Amino acid sequence: MEATVTTANNEEKTWGGGNEPLRASYGKMMMWFFIVSDALTFSGFLAAYGFSRFKFIETWPLADEVFTHFPFMHGVDAPMYYVALMTFILIFSSVTMVLAVDAGHQLKKTKVAIYMFLTIIGGLIFVGSQAWEWKNFIKGEFGAVETSGGSLLQFVDKDGKRVALADFAVKLPEQREALTRSHGTWFTESAEAPATYSVAEVQAGFAANPDLLIRTEQLTAKKKKTILTREESIARLGTAKYVVEGANLTRNEYGSKLFADFFFFITGFHGFHVFSGVIINIIIFFNVLLGTYEKRRSYEMVEKVGLYWHFVDLVWVFVFTVFYLV
Amino acid sequence: MSHEHVSNTKRIWFVFGLLSVVTTVEVILGILKPESLEFTFFIGLNLLNWIFYILTIFKAYYIVWAFMHMEGETSSLRWSVVAPVIFLVLYLLFILLTEGHYIYGVFKDSTIKWNF
Repeated sequence: MEATVTTANNEEKTWGGGNEPLRASYGKMMMWFFIVSDALTFSGFLAAYGFSRFKFIETWPLADEVFTHFPFMHGVDAPMYYVALMTFILIFSSVTMVLAVDAGHQLKKTKVAIYMFLTIIGGLIFVGSQAWEWKNFIKGEFGAVETSGGSLLQFVDKDGKRVALADFAVKLPEQREALTRSHGTWFTESAEAPATYSVAEVQAGFAANPDLLIRTEQLTAKKKKTILTREESIARLGTAKYVVEGANLTRNEYGSKLFADFFFFITGFHGFHVFSGVIINIIIFFNVLLGTYEKRRSYEMVEKVGLYWHFVDLVWVFVFTVFYLV
Repeated sequence: MSHEHVSNTKRIWFVFGLLSVVTTVEVILGILKPESLEFTFFIGLNLLNWIFYILTIFKAYYIVWAFMHMEGETSSLRWSVVAPVIFLVLYLLFILLTEGHYIYGVFKDSTIKWNF
């Protein structure tokens, strides 16, 4: 027990342990310094995101156009709402956590257990929501093409509304060879499956629809993506090299390759923190039920996991701002 | 423990209300993006982003001070946790964002189109 909770009756043994210069127990202090180091890790990621974004400041994707999905509202353009909901869920689970800590101070076992349980549920909902967000991000919505120079071209109609590849690409008579295992390259050398349409099919579909235009990654002074004229569009599409659908670590239909990489890495790392937080909360929850802390007459362990859980919420506040708002 | 073990449920709910209101304001501003804020610049950053960053710091302060109960710790613990983070993060941001901006200039003005 002395290893986890120090009691303040060891004043005479200055060098014998139990001395608390910061008036916090060893475990709590170490949790704080773990949080410091973890905060610096996340700051490193977010600063690296800022670095890459400053590098490509004129071509960076607009978050409003990327994260537009809401459950059960298919095809409705709902930027921000879903991620706002996720933020509320996480803040609320932080509240139930701090209520559990508060009940722990008063040694109310049942209350601690109930609030811990609610916190765990909140955490699970958040992780689930993030999985759904990833699913939409990976699947993509409209599709795009990448030029041989590495820039991304998206398709819009006359009014500037996005058009999906499936709406105009034609099916050309089969140009892909059916490869045998001995001749196939894509499934042995690269895990990337071929896109639904070939570049030629997209180009042919584009030529057949005179209303279509191309939108480049370049941002205008009004922070909108540049739309090319029909002639420029045709010329630009001539340099297309890949059809891009959805997102992976190599390329994505939203724009800068680094955007998807940072999205996967930062939200993934945060999601991993939430997940491990849920696991730790479950362990502590069972300890509460078993009466471990009741016997100890101290619920400080709940306070320590509480610190970690709030930290996860804190990180999300910053990720939310940097990824979705700014 | 130096702090009193009194229940402060009222304060917890107050902070929850505050964080919810701030988040709602952020989301509304993020959806509307008022032009007067988005295209007015102050020290290289538009006013909208200034608001977002300030509100973020505001929320972070309340999470750390109220939820993580930093306000109940000794000032030596407070400073030894907060000061290194603030100093290192500002330094990191300064270095990386300056460099990022420099590389943007290199891409823009030179013949290199895209190499990393």
